[in-house]
Amino acid sequence: MRQDHLISASHLSREDIEAVLDRAADIDADPAAFRQRHAGKVLGLCFFEPSTRTRMSFDSAMKRLGGQTVDMGPVESSSVKKGETLADTVRVVEGYADALVLRHPSEGAATMAAEFVDVPLVNAGDGAGQHPSQTLLDLYTIRENAGLDDLTIGIMGDLKYGRTVHSLAEALTNFDASQHFISPESLRLPRNVRYDLHASGAQVREHTELDEVLPELDVLYVTRIQRERFPDENEYRKVAGQYQIDSETLDAASDDLTIMHPLPRVDEISPDIDDTDHATYFEQAHNGIPVRMALLDILLSQDR
Amino acid sequence: MTDDHQLRVSKIRNGTVIDHVAAGQALNVLAILGIDGTSGEAVSVGMNVPSDRLGRKDIVKVEGRELSQSEVDVLSLIAPAASINIVRDYDVVEKNRVVRPDAVASIISCPNRNCISNADEPIQSRFTVLSDGVRCDYCETIVREDEVAANLDVN
Repeated sequence: MRQDHLISASHLSREDIEAVLDRAADIDADPAAFRQRHAGKVLGLCFFEPSTRTRMSFDSAMKRLGGQTVDMGPVESSSVKKGETLADTVRVVEGYADALVLRHPSEGAATMAAEFVDVPLVNAGDGAGQHPSQTLLDLYTIRENAGLDDLTIGIMGDLKYGRTVHSLAEALTNFDASQHFISPESLRLPRNVRYDLHASGAQVREHTELDEVLPELDVLYVTRIQRERFPDENEYRKVAGQYQIDSETLDAASDDLTIMHPLPRVDEISPDIDDTDHATYFEQAHNGIPVRMALLDILLSQDR
Repeated sequence: MTDDHQLRVSKIRNGTVIDHVAAGQALNVLAILGIDGTSGEAVSVGMNVPSDRLGRKDIVKVEGRELSQSEVDVLSLIAPAASINIVRDYDVVEKNRVVRPDAVASIISCPNRNCISNADEPIQSRFTVLSDGVRCDYCETIVREDEVAANLDVN
């Protein structure tokens, strides 16, 4: 990659993405060859917001490269509770680690943190902003199952606050992908993502109903609609119910449809889909390991 | 036309006249330039003055201070039609238009309350200037041209 950090999917070129995905495929094919690759290196995990799979998969990825991790632990027991700024925290922690992974509830946190550190920094989610390492594993999964060019993808759910959606949509502009966005009116893509998609000349269509587009999709990427985005429970139930899928929904879909979800899901994908060939979300989650190994390998190997 | 209308605000001997400011933006112009009268310069402000070009316009005159191009370029975000006249001994010796800068810092506060630039961090707000608005360098929120004045951070 051209840059030292991974902050936003909008900074990634097709070459950057393919370099990570190709390396991930090499790792998948022969993980043993990478077992001691970064022995002696330490990855700092700074999670200012709860995370299970992202934190664990970065931890696991670093250890599978022969390295170690240091974890800030929960915010409640850290110096952040004493009022330390994020800028100070990352400047201290960079002294303990060769690279940092940051998750933070404020949009733009990773961009700011990267201004204060010299070690590579990965944005593992900044509020409703970006989540680019998730996007790399999403793209890896899409490439394995449907291919990244000549792709028709539907992205459904909370498009306004869904950081995985923002990153994925921007990254897909590097490929020959036709993107359909399916959401309630109130949760449409934010202005800045829409701006970037139009600026890149991407084919973008927006829908409020999945039926309008389901038969033509190669991939359906489902995201969770959160209760807290709605003023009251009734409104939430009414809206969320329209964006849930089950095996009956899929009667209208192509036999080859790949269904993805960044997880955790609540009830937007019925368990009766889990055993079908469409269900790819657990494979997608597992791809977090080779893809994050590949990302760390590339960032830690750069001459800086 | 200007001669007659400019008489509504007294002429200055030396300094800067910022003319053709969008009506209603004169006080924002002063705020952006950090001119609040405390440093002693004489400042005249005309608001809603008739204008051939704008219908109504505001005009700002600052005695004893020549504003540089980089100082006034940020005004292009709220007063894109503004012209800058440098006056010496009652004569306009230089007349310039405001030019859109590529970026602005510490002028606009990000309207996204959850943006890191609104947290208690040691950074300034910073925006990249687009053709029809500005974009936060931190959270990427886009502020449209017509929303800039409402988000000025100049106090």
